[in-house]
Amino acid sequence: MEANKQSALPAISIFWIILFGWTWLALGCSKPSNVETAIDEQVLHFGLGAEPQHLDPHLATSVAAHNILSALLEGLVSEDPKTLKPLPGVAQKWEISDQGRQYKFSLRKNARWSNGDPLTAHDFIYSFRRILNPNLGAPYASMLYALKNAESFHQGGKSWQEAGVGVVALDEHTLVLTLKNPIPYFLELLNHYAWFPVHQPTIESFGAYEKIGTAWTKPGHFVGNGPFSLTSHQINSVIEVTKNQSYWDAETVRLQGIRFYPIEAVYTEERAYRSGFLHLTQSVSADRIDFLKEKYPDELHFEPYLGTYFYRFNVRAAPFDDVRVRQAFSLSIDRQRLVDKVLRGGQSPATTFTPPGTGGFFPAPGFAYDRAKARELLDSYLREKGLDSLPQIELTYNTSEGHKKVAEALHAMWKENLGVEIRLLNMEWKVFLSTISGGDFSLARAGWIGDYVDPHTFLQMWRSGDGLNMTGWENQSYDQALRLAETSTGTAKRWESFQRCETILAEEAPILPLYFYVHLTLRHPSVRGWSPTLLDHHPYKYVYLAKEAHP
Amino acid sequence: MSRLIFSRLLQAIPTLWVIATLTFFMTRFAPGGPFDSEKAIPEEIKIKLEAHFGLDRPLFEQYILYIQNLLRGDLGPSFKYPEWEVSELIATAFPVSLTLGVLSFIIALLIGIPGGMIAALRRNTWMDYLPMGLSMAGICLPTFVLGPLLIFVFSTQLALFPPLGWYGASDWVLPSLTLGLFYAAYIARLTRAGMLETLQQDYIRTARAKGASSWRILTKHAARGGLLPVVTFLGPAFAGLISGSFVIESIFFIPGLGKFFVTAAFNRDYTMVLGTVLFYAILIICLNLVVDLIQALLDPKARQAK
Amino acid sequence: MKPEKSSSLGKDAWLRLRANRMAMVSLFILVAVGLLSLLGPMLSSHAYDEQNLDRIFENPNSTYLFGTDNLGRDLFARTTYGGRISLSVGLLATFVSLIIGVTYGMISGYAGGRVDAWMMRMVDVLYALPFIIFVILLMVMFGRNFLLLFLAIGAVEWLTMARITRAQTLNLKKAEFVEAARALGFSHTRILFRHLLPNLIGPIIIYATLTVPAVMLLEAVLSFLGLGVQAPMSSWGSLIKEGAEKMDAAPWLLLFPGSFFCLTLFSLNFLGDGLRDALDPKSSKD
Repeated sequence: MEANKQSALPAISIFWIILFGWTWLALGCSKPSNVETAIDEQVLHFGLGAEPQHLDPHLATSVAAHNILSALLEGLVSEDPKTLKPLPGVAQKWEISDQGRQYKFSLRKNARWSNGDPLTAHDFIYSFRRILNPNLGAPYASMLYALKNAESFHQGGKSWQEAGVGVVALDEHTLVLTLKNPIPYFLELLNHYAWFPVHQPTIESFGAYEKIGTAWTKPGHFVGNGPFSLTSHQINSVIEVTKNQSYWDAETVRLQGIRFYPIEAVYTEERAYRSGFLHLTQSVSADRIDFLKEKYPDELHFEPYLGTYFYRFNVRAAPFDDVRVRQAFSLSIDRQRLVDKVLRGGQSPATTFTPPGTGGFFPAPGFAYDRAKARELLDSYLREKGLDSLPQIELTYNTSEGHKKVAEALHAMWKENLGVEIRLLNMEWKVFLSTISGGDFSLARAGWIGDYVDPHTFLQMWRSGDGLNMTGWENQSYDQALRLAETSTGTAKRWESFQRCETILAEEAPILPLYFYVHLTLRHPSVRGWSPTLLDHHPYKYVYLAKEAHP
Repeated sequence: MSRLIFSRLLQAIPTLWVIATLTFFMTRFAPGGPFDSEKAIPEEIKIKLEAHFGLDRPLFEQYILYIQNLLRGDLGPSFKYPEWEVSELIATAFPVSLTLGVLSFIIALLIGIPGGMIAALRRNTWMDYLPMGLSMAGICLPTFVLGPLLIFVFSTQLALFPPLGWYGASDWVLPSLTLGLFYAAYIARLTRAGMLETLQQDYIRTARAKGASSWRILTKHAARGGLLPVVTFLGPAFAGLISGSFVIESIFFIPGLGKFFVTAAFNRDYTMVLGTVLFYAILIICLNLVVDLIQALLDPKARQAK
Repeated sequence: MKPEKSSSLGKDAWLRLRANRMAMVSLFILVAVGLLSLLGPMLSSHAYDEQNLDRIFENPNSTYLFGTDNLGRDLFARTTYGGRISLSVGLLATFVSLIIGVTYGMISGYAGGRVDAWMMRMVDVLYALPFIIFVILLMVMFGRNFLLLFLAIGAVEWLTMARITRAQTLNLKKAEFVEAARALGFSHTRILFRHLLPNLIGPIIIYATLTVPAVMLLEAVLSFLGLGVQAPMSSWGSLIKEGAEKMDAAPWLLLFPGSFFCLTLFSLNFLGDGLRDALDPKSSKD
């Protein structure tokens, strides 16, 4: 009898474990994946890459925010899905006069907000006024400095009327913008969310005119004029938008909804894609390129992306206060090898700061690879200073597998080509930013994505004392050339001035451009109407889902 | 019993105060601020933002203000996501972590306790070595290895479960299994050790001599003693499940409190960090209390000790 | 008067340990891993941070015993080097927790009465702190400093050590040799360190051996969060993290460091169990 009872326990336990296990497995009964059901539902499952900090277009700064705001709102113009050239948006047509200083927009009569309210020129004036309001503290207010007197209003001290900002509503459907200087790419600028309209009654009811952090952007409150409206927002989980029937072009919109998943970990995102959970990923790890190329050759995309990956030198402190050392470091990097062996994503080595072809501008190569010259320059510096070797140099980068890989590769190159061993220091984003802007670095990793397709967005960074400069480099000739480019009207003249800027950058080397970005992404073949664009903008109203065509 | 509860609650207040103060000053003295951004926010705007959040006032004043708000139950808005209140975020994230924790715990108990008991009863046979060997593996294999492994097998290859997220019941399986297996290993070992020790006790031998059946011995006598070390482990384990779930939440993309905390720390989201830390502390204090109560119920000796 | 018991106890314990096969095997494995970690990086013809961009993600072969990683670095060199890091973090952090915990526990147990009550209340309070959270906060806020790493981890683990030491001290306090020592007029410090401590060595060693794996796991978790050692240095934790991500494309990246890690943890646990059996005469034997 004893034996029976004692042997019963193991049997009973095993029975329970199996029963339990079975229940769990039953719960997981194969369900069709997101990608499979999406074709009937016409819902796009989008890997967002990060949780947007703000859904208020006047406070947002990130790519994640852009991806959502371009679904919820629309500006005066919209963009061609393939070329990004300006197309009519809220404005049906426009006239440009006064040598490019004045734009007269005729707004659609059937433009509406998602709650049915008509959209008028006054909405745009209210919106511009809000973002330029000094008390709001909008990070992208400077985008609107293109408008006459906008900057002085934003500096504070004057009322809207006193400042006389260059925006006027001739009537409900006519808006006139007056610029400070003619800007050839002005219409493209209008596709940035800083220029998007906001719904006045909603904002006022939440007291959000000058206040950050109110609930007006939450689902159920957010009122927009774009092809979609905000249905749900679960932070760090999913943001859902559904088709807005009040949108003036709702007929063209084939998607019924989009679900944005703010997955930050790149490997988690990849797993999601491979399990059919996502239609597209925000990024792809460089280490996985060979593997994914083999397994998903038609789904891994390498798309040109308007951006430059570079390092900043701190020219205020030794040894990078001497141009020879900067040149030595720059000349000893084999960018081609970096791109071929380390990045493997089809990136191009950066021989200039502005990506060639930006808006039609093709700068002449300036940054090169020359080991012998590098060594020569370094030796001449060391001899003059009476040093045997350079003091310990730190390379700072923000925590990320990709940046680490590049930093390690450069570490090895400098060790081999220059005989210099630098120290790598990674810190996470916030510390990194404050360290860099505080000037507490020698060599720091950086990247810049263009806000619009014109060399200006790149070259304006290096103006003396610009907020984005952060190297401490100041050069009068550069500033002059830049100003000339800003005030010239002819393309040839502008290109000439921009070229001058590039030449100075190559000579002085306050920065070390490494490569031009390529946007790596996994995209499911059922996503149609999606074209690669330089700014990674994809107007959702042209996107739809269809089964892959069988050969 | 009530004395225990009362004294614990009294202890809790200074504890929480210490934690709040410690965390407050630690976050403030750390490098990097919540408003550093690469788009180079112009200095004037940064100043405005800091003023909005009261960061321009002297540190001590901020501290007093913070404590005052705390006493009113106001944890403030998140710095990183100003459109959300910290309490709102904790309220959405905690139930997720709790569910994950409870499920993992149930799995851990259901696998660990019988496993440990069998191992103890069938000492030095294969029924001992196998579960103990597996539990060793469980202890030594970090969850960030087990997790992706399970996803790879059950999600990518077999398409049985979703690879990530927390949207429906089928999302619960893999994450809680990963975490559960890990803790099952510890529980199995503890159960076995506790059972072995109890089985040696005199009163067990007496019962056996008296002719009680093994089953009765097991359930009535041995189980109590054997489970004692497990109960001791429960409190920190449960707390560990919730606070240590960062890894799982990161791998499986679960919007739980662990992930919020780590992200908040990285983002210098002061209010979120403080809110989460205090929340965890309160949770652990309550858990410890519950565990002590259970312990007191199970072990007559402990009842007198306090 | 030296407590003679301890020396013969030690010998008894050692004999018991010797008889425990699992424990002996574990000891052997640990020594082997330790030696490999110490010598490995020198045995390999490649430095742990030496990149060979033309030979990335290679399977184990004759040039690269364990294969290569995403930058063409020798995995054997990196694994053994990682052993140095992980083992030293484990040992040092445990050592830190030992020093703090044992001292604290001894003083508390020896002093007894109200001092003891208050000291233990402190421990209870600290137990309530979500320590992992503080470690993460510390590492995030104050940067990736090797010293800070094992200090932070050590600070997490000392509480249990203190509790155990105190319990043992309370027991030992009543022993005859302590009373005798006091009667002879020895100072408290002397009693603590020359009489009590040697008798506490047993439990201390046991728990130290079991703390090391816990510490190493914690270091692995910190690496996962990006708070571990700086590149290009590697610890087993960081290697395993990288390996886990790429396990379908390059399984050796996980296999080798993972095996080392697991073997070490296994062995430490078994050894700890064995020590517990050997040093605790009450432990059940068949």
